[in-house]
Amino acid sequence: MKGQLKKNVIAVGLLLFLAAGSAMAADSVQVDTGTTAWMLTSTALVLLMVPGLAMFYGGLVRTKNVLGTMMHSFVAMGIMSVLWVLVGYSMSFGKNVMGGWFGWSRDYFLLRGIDETITPAGIPEYVFSMFQGKFAIITPALIAGAFAERVSFKGYIAFIALWGLLVYNPICHWVWASDGFLYNMGAKGAIDFAGGTVVHIASGVSGLIAALYLGSRRGYPRIAAAPANLVMTMIGAGLLWVGWFGFNAGSSVSSGLLTAQALTATQVAAAAGAMAWITIEALHQGKATALGFASGILAGLVAVTPAAGVVRPSGALALGIAASSICYIAIIVKNKLKYDDSLDAFGIHGIGGIVGSLLLTFFIRRSWMQAAVEAAGGSWTIWQQFGVQAVAVATAIAYSAVVTLVIIFLVNKFVGFRASTEAEMQGLDHYYHGEQGYGMLNPR
Amino acid sequence: MKLITAIIRENKLDQVREALIGAEITRITVSRVSGHGQQVGEEIYRGAKLIPNLIPKMRLEIAVNDDFVDITVNTIIKAARTNSKGEVGDGKIFITALEECIRIRTGERGRSAI
Repeated sequence: MKGQLKKNVIAVGLLLFLAAGSAMAADSVQVDTGTTAWMLTSTALVLLMVPGLAMFYGGLVRTKNVLGTMMHSFVAMGIMSVLWVLVGYSMSFGKNVMGGWFGWSRDYFLLRGIDETITPAGIPEYVFSMFQGKFAIITPALIAGAFAERVSFKGYIAFIALWGLLVYNPICHWVWASDGFLYNMGAKGAIDFAGGTVVHIASGVSGLIAALYLGSRRGYPRIAAAPANLVMTMIGAGLLWVGWFGFNAGSSVSSGLLTAQALTATQVAAAAGAMAWITIEALHQGKATALGFASGILAGLVAVTPAAGVVRPSGALALGIAASSICYIAIIVKNKLKYDDSLDAFGIHGIGGIVGSLLLTFFIRRSWMQAAVEAAGGSWTIWQQFGVQAVAVATAIAYSAVVTLVIIFLVNKFVGFRASTEAEMQGLDHYYHGEQGYGMLNPR
Repeated sequence: MKLITAIIRENKLDQVREALIGAEITRITVSRVSGHGQQVGEEIYRGAKLIPNLIPKMRLEIAVNDDFVDITVNTIIKAARTNSKGEVGDGKIFITALEECIRIRTGERGRSAI
């Protein structure tokens, strides 16, 4: 009896010890309320960029297409959120599967395993997942600018669903997942702080492919440059600029020094880009336009997106000016080549993303390079980093282009993507939504 | 000289414009209007008779010389009908006599100013 009692005491003692141990493990990562508060705010700011984009694009199209164009952004908020929670988060941030093509973790399906998880950064994993999900929303919405005014609503939904699954999730995984191959390339990985490759190059290049494949709008180029509501475009540009603080500074996934550095670089690049654009415009064609200012803001922000956490204000200034200059020229080239990238998805996001991702190499702050040298075991040069950046850029371009082409071909064939002539003439608002956008605004 | 005023469906504007340009009628003024005709009958809502809602339409105004009236009218009718039979709400065309037409730039009057 005594032996049995002793065994029972030991068994109970062991159980209690284990229970206490697991309780301690669960409490060991505390929620950092400061970081969480900021990341929650960032999540909301990035989501605000989507209606901002809707307004930016919506104001640039003709009156009969404004709702259809805005719906391209809004419906992305719907479908991409659902897909993100189902499989997107898992594909992007799960562990490598299929040779590293994308990721997968059973816990991430429907986010079922992270209901109480706190990440090492001190934020609930829900927050991280939702924050990243906002990027998955806005990226396909950017593509819509390339084929504005000429796609069917149903086809568009099919396109962005497939694009999110097959293009965004893999590239996001390669660049930002801890076992992604671009994340691990070189000394400290390919630098893409908030999505130069994942968001802007991917969407810009895909937009270009789509614009070329689907063909120009009816009456292009005569009908180009007929913005019906630049007021709305300017409001959209403002929302995008402010929202971008969530996009870039929030990508620090912290609330501290790196966040501050990213926010500063973001502000400087946007302002530099805007001023550079209107200066070039005034010299080139005599007047500084509101749309030019808005375009310069975007060019600067796009270029600093991959760089926000690694460049100082001087670098951000340079990136803003360079992006505006090169994007301005890219748009002139587009007009000469006469392809209909209607709202310059490639001209600003594609080109701006490429410029930023490559040029940032020459403005990396010293402390980052020193850390890279240590990580590489003694030596790491700017040119080696440039090589890594180039691989990341080339990968994003090539992969987006090829897969987008396949997706568009399939969607156009089986669901219908390009709007019919009848639909294009009647206007997206009436044909696909049975609605009219503007009240008594004169037709444009 | 006649002034042709056409009230057409909003979503038929581009078709009508393209058809007119195809028939070499290229000078038009377009404005957005609201109105109602036979399209919405009297409504009764909770026992009270109401004035029906205004429906948005497009108005085209085209000044033409007399010999172009028929081609303009026929082009508009063909392009503005919803389908070959037409639907209630397709619109109306009014033809009024135009007393004078003056080109502001040159001061021309009459036939050549149209």
